[in-house]
Amino acid sequence: MEGNIAELGQYIGAGLAAIGSGAAAIGVGHVAGNFLSGALRNPSAAAGQTATLFIGIAFAEALGIFAFLVALLLMFAV
Amino acid sequence: MATEAEGTGLEFHPMNQFIVKPLFGDGPVQWYTPTNVTLWMGIILLCVVGLFVFGTRGRAIVPNRVQSIAELGYGMVHKMVEDVTGKDGLKYFPYIMCLFLFIAFANMLGLLPKAFTVTSHIAVTGVLALAVFISVTVIGFVKNGTHFLGLFWVTSAPLALRPILAIIEVISYFVRPVSHSIRLAGNLMAGHAVIKVFAGFAAIALVSPLSIAAVVAMYGLEVLVAFIQAYVFTILTCVYLKDALHPGH
Repeated sequence: MEGNIAELGQYIGAGLAAIGSGAAAIGVGHVAGNFLSGALRNPSAAAGQTATLFIGIAFAEALGIFAFLVALLLMFAV
Repeated sequence: MATEAEGTGLEFHPMNQFIVKPLFGDGPVQWYTPTNVTLWMGIILLCVVGLFVFGTRGRAIVPNRVQSIAELGYGMVHKMVEDVTGKDGLKYFPYIMCLFLFIAFANMLGLLPKAFTVTSHIAVTGVLALAVFISVTVIGFVKNGTHFLGLFWVTSAPLALRPILAIIEVISYFVRPVSHSIRLAGNLMAGHAVIKVFAGFAAIALVSPLSIAAVVAMYGLEVLVAFIQAYVFTILTCVYLKDALHPGH
């Protein structure tokens, strides 16, 4: 049970940063789900919008990756 | 992480796979030292050249397997550039094709066991993203002059909102290379670290079947991610290029 308080803070902070990954998962699911519901309504227009789908997923995912990066920095760089 | 597996003499720390080592000896890494990064970048270049120079050398009417892969990849990126940036963006197609091939091969070859994933380092993806950012900004100013600044001045918004929007647009413009590079590096690094964490759990007899199954599943997901991230990097390059060529909102 020994160790300094800064290390404790690092681990707690890294764990808290992992919440951001879950939030990004919600965002990506929202983008993909809405694409699917739109695509099933009008399947002929869906093929032209896959690029937009991937851009939207990438933007939603980037913020989750930022949270992951914060966790990594706390664990290994600080 | 995986503390139970320590002391077995195996390398189980999930981040050890990203260490840049000299190829020969244990000396310090200078800028001229051949490292594992150098080795894998060379292998990537050889693969790209092998696929596109030697694979298409026959120029057969009915392509063989290698030639069809090259043709499919070429057609996909060509169509992407044309769809997103328009006809005048096709001038920059060779550079975007190079970016796509380099990243796709780096991601795919990084999945081989014992391989080094070049694109998991922010130093590598940062250079790629900065090159795109700087060249896109220069192209925007050369093609449109000061009209390029209209990208930050949203004329479709109410006048009172425009200064606030301008600040947001400027910030989002300068965050582009950061998110562009970290998205690729972070995805690759996260995926490989997760595989390694599951591999570390395989040393514990109780959970080893589960963890090996998880490694297989994650590996399958990583193959998908490797391609999708290369695709996303190139399509975002196309989007940024479109903003530079047609800055009007």
